[in-house]
Amino acid sequence: MRPEALAALVEVLEHAPGNPSGQHAWAREARRRLDDARDGIAALLGVGPGGIVFTSGGTEADNLAIRGVLGARGGRALCSAIEHHAVLDVVHASGGGTVAVDGTGRLDLDHLADELAADPEISVVSVVLANNEVGTLQDLDAIADVIDQARLSHPNGLVLHTDAVAAAAWVDVAELAVRADLITISGHKVGGPKGIGVLAAREGVELAPILLGGGQERERRSGTPDVAGAVALGVALAATERDRITVVGRVRGQAERLADGLAEATGHHVRRTVPPRSTPGVANIVHLSCQEVDSEPLLFLLDEAGVAASAGSSCASGALEPSHVVEALGVAPDWAPGALRLSLGWCTTDEEIDHALAVIPAALAQLRPHAEPAA
Amino acid sequence: MMSGGVDSSVAAALLRDQGHDVVGVTLKLWGGESDSGCCSVSDVDDARRVADALGIVHHVFNFGDAFTTHVVAPYAADHGAGRTPNPCIECNRHIKFAAVDERARALGFDAVATGHHARVAVRPDGTRRIARGADAAKDQSYVLHMLGQDQLARTLLPLGGMQKDEVRALAAELGLRTASKPDSQDVCFITKTTGRGSFLDRRIPLTPGRVVDAEGHEVGTVAAVELVTVGQRKGLGLAGGGAPRYAVDVDVPSATVTVGSKRDLLVDEQRAASLQWSAGPVSGPVLVQVSAHGTPAEATVTEGPDRTAVVRWAVPQRRVAAGQSVVAYEADEVVAGAIAV
Repeated sequence: MRPEALAALVEVLEHAPGNPSGQHAWAREARRRLDDARDGIAALLGVGPGGIVFTSGGTEADNLAIRGVLGARGGRALCSAIEHHAVLDVVHASGGGTVAVDGTGRLDLDHLADELAADPEISVVSVVLANNEVGTLQDLDAIADVIDQARLSHPNGLVLHTDAVAAAAWVDVAELAVRADLITISGHKVGGPKGIGVLAAREGVELAPILLGGGQERERRSGTPDVAGAVALGVALAATERDRITVVGRVRGQAERLADGLAEATGHHVRRTVPPRSTPGVANIVHLSCQEVDSEPLLFLLDEAGVAASAGSSCASGALEPSHVVEALGVAPDWAPGALRLSLGWCTTDEEIDHALAVIPAALAQLRPHAEPAA
Repeated sequence: MMSGGVDSSVAAALLRDQGHDVVGVTLKLWGGESDSGCCSVSDVDDARRVADALGIVHHVFNFGDAFTTHVVAPYAADHGAGRTPNPCIECNRHIKFAAVDERARALGFDAVATGHHARVAVRPDGTRRIARGADAAKDQSYVLHMLGQDQLARTLLPLGGMQKDEVRALAAELGLRTASKPDSQDVCFITKTTGRGSFLDRRIPLTPGRVVDAEGHEVGTVAAVELVTVGQRKGLGLAGGGAPRYAVDVDVPSATVTVGSKRDLLVDEQRAASLQWSAGPVSGPVLVQVSAHGTPAEATVTEGPDRTAVVRWAVPQRRVAAGQSVVAYEADEVVAGAIAV
């Protein structure tokens, strides 16, 4: 968490404890803090302040985006094959399908056009701005062009939603998602706290609530707002925007040193899943494919060595499940089981990169004892 | 391996207290419906919280694909062929003491431990055998009969010398949340509510069959011959009265179950396959046990070609359903195991 966000969180909890919906001075103070946060976040995301809906996180915001549009307009949802489960599972539940991606994770625009042409009932399309596992950025402008082409044949209209959770700290969301009608971001991915997220909506995009109750957030999301979380998210997002160019430059250098160093140290038995410079991607994700190694024992050894890494997603029991993203990219069978995601952050140090460069090849060598030594 | 039950909880605690560097691992084996065994989310929660209480690291390992391949699929196929498999034994053979052991070795561990009630006996010549646990009622040596010398050398069974109530008392003393958790008894991938029949119905064709007597007269019908086990008495659609009759043969291709008297079940010898000696052949009389908690009977075991075996009973015994494990003991130690054919 960014220190300024942590300070803001504690400060609000301590000094603005009111319920922002109340009729008294404490309520007004909390309301002012909440609306200041709302205005700041709206400006950073390029939407009007009335378009900001605070939620409990990215998952709720994704659910609200898709189910909210379907509830207001009817129809079905469509999404890319590499969405986060918070989108993918909602789309599947609505009877909707997925659009293929190429080997770098970029959406197949012809397939998108075909799917839209085949089903006039589709009313919302969701495409992740930056994939959370491999980091690939989508060209939302080109996607919006395809959607505009299909608009006339869709009586319920077509709403474009983008899950910008993994992108928000690393790119200019306001610019890249300027043609998206709905944008999701999450607190903890921008240096803020967990448990707070935002769905940003363009004016005129109607959302049916998925939580009913006190009618907060302009009847779009009931529940007493998490004022401290919202303020901390706003502070974190502003700090991220302020430092973005410097941080991205530094982290991109660290990521390249890490990926290149690992490829070299392992005799190229480790490679980036999405080849560098093949497609735009966020700076902080190094997604690797390790040949003839399974992610699960590799993560175990890395954890023992003090490196926190991940692979696919976890099921309810906490066990690792094969990644649908790696599958959608069509990674070769001897490389796919060895998926390894290393995420860097604004606070990652060069020493940490050195540590990873020492530890990961050793772990791989332990798990592939019969492989030829590194070239 | 921490299943989330009381036994493996206490096993982990004992090893920790003996000074071992212990990591708790819960296996995710089954993605489908389950209400027992080592796969449910609440069992994983129990294992994790016990590990937290013991101050040891806990991981969940996903061996679901291997479990489906080596345990669930053969379970269904065996039933389809009229056999009565023991999936816990196949899980021990292919998963817990094979795939997990291999993983543990790759990760640099010296041993794999479980909460089974059994012991590893080291003999004067240095070979090892699985031996009965101190608590006769909870003894699990039968389901571990397949462990070979390499595996036995790397296996720790800390509960082998304990009674079950001692295990529970120790768990309570340590404040472990699993202290009074009921023992799991059933096949972990089959739910109590839907049962074995509906599980198999979704995987293999179930064939309605005729029940005939020794002379071939039809005396009843069954909904699925694949669900009938040799020795079974109930559920054969037989008219009441008279001497009890048992399934003495199940023939899936002709969808026929043959019934007979208790005496018709008795045989002088039992054939088996996949014979495995614990530490070399034993030619003298042994005690042979044919179910997890069955009473052992005296016999000799003779090895035939291709790891087949003939068990010659000292006194005629009931036929063993094909697919069940036949385990030979010298006193309390396992000397061989095989699968009835």
